[in-house]
Order: sequence, then C-alpha cells, then structure tokens
Amino acid sequence: MSFLSHLINGISLGSIYAIIALGYTMVYGIAKMLNFAHGDVIMVGAYVCFFALNSFGLPPAVGIPLAMLVCTALGMLIERLAYKPLRAAPSLSVLITAIGVSYFLQNGAQLIWSTNPRVFPSVFENAAVNLFNGQLTISINTIVTIAACVVIMVGLTLFTGKTKMGKAMRACSEDKDAAILMGINVNRTISVTFAIGSALAAIAGVLLCSAYPLLKPTTGSMPGIKAFTAAVFGGIGSIPGAFLGGILLGIIEIFAKAYISTELSDAIVFLVLILVLLIKPTGLLGKKTVVKV
Amino acid sequence: MDRLVPTPSLGVIPERDSGKPLILDIHGLGIDFGGLHAVEDFTLLIGRTEIAGLIGPNGAGKTTVFNLITNVYQPTRGVILFDGIDTRGKRPDEVSRMGIARTFQNIRLFKDMTVLDNVLVGMHNQIPYSMLSAFLHLPSYHRKEKEAREKAMDLLGIFDMQHMAKWQAGSLPYGAQRRLEIVRALATDPKLLLLDEPAAGMNPAETAELMENIRNIRDRFQIAVLLIEHDMSLVMGICEGIAVLNYGKIIAKGSPEDIKNNPTVIEAYLGKQED
Repeated sequence: MSFLSHLINGISLGSIYAIIALGYTMVYGIAKMLNFAHGDVIMVGAYVCFFALNSFGLPPAVGIPLAMLVCTALGMLIERLAYKPLRAAPSLSVLITAIGVSYFLQNGAQLIWSTNPRVFPSVFENAAVNLFNGQLTISINTIVTIAACVVIMVGLTLFTGKTKMGKAMRACSEDKDAAILMGINVNRTISVTFAIGSALAAIAGVLLCSAYPLLKPTTGSMPGIKAFTAAVFGGIGSIPGAFLGGILLGIIEIFAKAYISTELSDAIVFLVLILVLLIKPTGLLGKKTVVKV
Repeated sequence: MDRLVPTPSLGVIPERDSGKPLILDIHGLGIDFGGLHAVEDFTLLIGRTEIAGLIGPNGAGKTTVFNLITNVYQPTRGVILFDGIDTRGKRPDEVSRMGIARTFQNIRLFKDMTVLDNVLVGMHNQIPYSMLSAFLHLPSYHRKEKEAREKAMDLLGIFDMQHMAKWQAGSLPYGAQRRLEIVRALATDPKLLLLDEPAAGMNPAETAELMENIRNIRDRFQIAVLLIEHDMSLVMGICEGIAVLNYGKIIAKGSPEDIKNNPTVIEAYLGKQED
C-alpha cells in the first residue's frame, strides 16, 4: 500500500512540475528561448496569494485568480522589457538576460519581502480521503493538484489545436517568418504565450506552497530547474512532452526519496535525465510525433 | 488575353484594367546589401487583374523584389504603392493584412500541421471571434469556426485537395505542397498574389494544369498575380506583362511577344553571340 501512496504523491508532485514545464515548453516552442526567470514567477505568484490570504484575509477563490493576474502582467512585462528588445540578438544573449531577470526577481523579492521564510496558509480544506480501510490516505491537496494539472493539460491541448490563436502559436513555432507573411502578429502571439505560461506559473506556485508550505524568495528556483529538466526530458517544445516529463520526474523523485535515499534524490532525478538524453537526445516525445506549440 | 496599354505614368497594363487604380505601383525601388546594389531603380506597374511575370537569370534579384514588396526587407530607395497606399514603415504582417500574399521558392508550409490547419492559419485575420468567446465556447465561436472550415475546404477545392484536409502537410507529395502554399496564400484574402517559382519541380502536365489553375484563380477572385518563374512555357503562356531582371536592374518590359524577341533578354539568358 505504501507503494501506491508513493506513486500518488509522485504524480501529485509531478503535476506541479508539469504545470511549470508547460510554461517553459510553450515559450521555448514559440520564442525559441529558455525563460529561466519562469521559476521565479512561481515564487511571485505564491507571495501574492500569501499576502492576499494572510494580510487581506481574502478567500482563496479571490487570492488565486489575483495571483494569476499579477503573474500574467509580470510575465508580459518581463517579455516586453527584457526579451523583446533582444528578438534579433543571438540566443546566448537572451539566455544570459533570462538568468539576469531570474536573479533580479529573487533579489527583488528578498528586498521587499525579506529572506525570512513564511508559512503558507492552507488553501484547500485540510481533509483527506481514506481508502482501503484507512490504509491509503489521499489529501484533498493532492487530489486538487492532480485534477488541476489534467484540466490545464486538456484545456491547453484544445486551445492550441482548435482556436485561431492556438493555431497562430503553432504556426509561429514552426516557421515564424512564414507566419508573419500570413498576417500573424508574432509579437502579440509571443506576448500571449508569456501570459498563459505566467498564469500557469501562479497556479503552480499556489499548489507547490500548499504541498510544501515554506515560502522564501528562492522557493521557485529549484522547482523551476526541475520543471525545465522535465520539459527537456519530455521533449522541449512539446505540450504532451512537458506533461509526461513532469509526471515521470515527480514519480522518480518520490520513489528515489522513498526507496533509495532522500539526500540523493535530486542527483538521481538528474541522472535519469542524463540517461534519457544519451539514448534519446530530443527527449521522450521530442519532434515528429507531437503537436508542437 | 487583353493587349497592353500605356498608363498615365508610362507603364503598360492590360486594357481591361486601364482607368482603374493600379494594384501595385513601384517607383525607383532599390536596396543595398553592404556595397552591393542588389536591386536598383526597379519600376513596375501592375493592373488590378493582371497576371504579370518577373523573370531573369539566377541571382538577378527576383526573390529580393518579393521580399521588398512584402516588407521583409526595407528598401534603401524608392516607393511601393499598394492599392494607392505607401507601404513604407509597415510591418510584414501589416502588409499581409493589406492584401499581399505570397508563396515561397523553397516551400515553407507548417509541416507538422494538417492541410486544413495550414489554410486556417492563412485565414487567421478573417476569423473575427474574440479569445473570450473561444474560451467560453460561445455559439458565435462555433459558428465562425464552422464558417472558416467551410471556406477553407472550398479553397482546397480549387486544386481538388479536399480529401487531403486531415493529412499532415509535410507528408504531401511535392506538387501538392506547392499547391497548398497557393491555397494558404489565397486564404489571407489577398488582392495581389506573389508566386515564387510555383512550377518548380513540376512535370509538363502538372505545369499546364497549374497554368489553368492560376488563370481560374485570377478570374474567380479578380486579383492580380505576380509570379517568378523559370519555366518559360508557363511565363509565356499566362503572363500578360513581363519584366526581365538582370543584376538587380530591369532590362526589358513588355508583352510575351516583345520579350521573346528582345535581343537584350536573349543576351542575358544565353550570353552575347560571338561573330
């Protein structure tokens, strides 16, 4: 029964990675850049939700959309100020800028909110579902996290597959210059991509801090890097790949913690990544078989 | 085919288009790449429903002219008036929305998308629902999407490609990919269609069919077509006005008959005759 419990915890953690990885992979697919500040947008989202709930006493039903709104604006602002001027610059300059933005957000958060960790309030009811005569307990938090990931995944797949903005995104991802000559405003498309990715980051931030309720300015950085790993693992640029990569990474991490070693769990996660990339350099679902965004 | 008649600005256009505003009026266009005058003093008029050809040896600057017309390149000198409007300073996507569509010499379809989705991307700006109604799945969203799909299928019908709608664009045979590019360009609802070597890689039978299709497209949509092509049977067969480019400069302009017998053109293509 503990195996099943670990598996569910792994899927839950993986769901958070997957939601973050979606932001990485969509931005990469369309803007062809690695937005290393993405992890820190998660942290900002969590802080916004924290203050909305704790300082202003707002209910989560207001706090979470508020966090999404702030992160959407933040993501679009970052794109506008930091990345858009570098549209024609070599990718290395953009990468370094992204790392710079990441540090800017972390240090900005330290300045405004101090380095003291804060205890994130429980957003969801502190209840649990008992199965098999109480041998297996699944918290509401876990269920909500997995459900959120599935809903987001289905929603994004429909969005990119069916709507005209989604089609424009796929067109930009495949051939930006041809898309422009079809009358598509690429700058606007990139902006929308950042908006969606950042709104998802806010959700991930709330879910992450609900599961691991210690909030610091560096809270987003490690999950951010792991989610990036998940995106590469699944095949960067691919939406189903980010989903699969995220879930698998979560499961591997929890299993490594449970059965091998807590200290080595991160090392094992990255070892798996290295092995996958050695065998399949484009990631699990990289290129060909997938709907790219 | 109408005979060519002079315009007030001394170009020639088909007789049926005379008296109507020009679709394309290019004056003294030039672009430098470093010290190289890639295109120099390029002047061309195109009537509203004219099929015009741009020919010349490899490297003459023909595709550069297309890139200038679509504002992918900003000209160093000169003016392009499209339907009477100066296109200087506009972004390529804005120029596309004004009504200029193009195909590419090296096919640039969205290969991982379906044939139908490629056409729908072309129709991007004519599907007028908002993001909100898409998210909320309002009836207006479904109606507009349905209309768009019907129109896309109708356009695919020009080349009898409806049965390929669900295929992946990259899996199409070469000739079908070229035809799909034309359909995708038409989907943007252009007034001027630029075709960059539409018959490249096609056999004579396919080329003959393509000629018929281009003429039908012009008749049905009442648009102008400017095409770059090396296949002289196609150029001489359907173009009403032809401009010949060599080393970035126009060396001859006129009807197919004029061009065929022009000694400068023959020299550019075959080299100077020694005697």
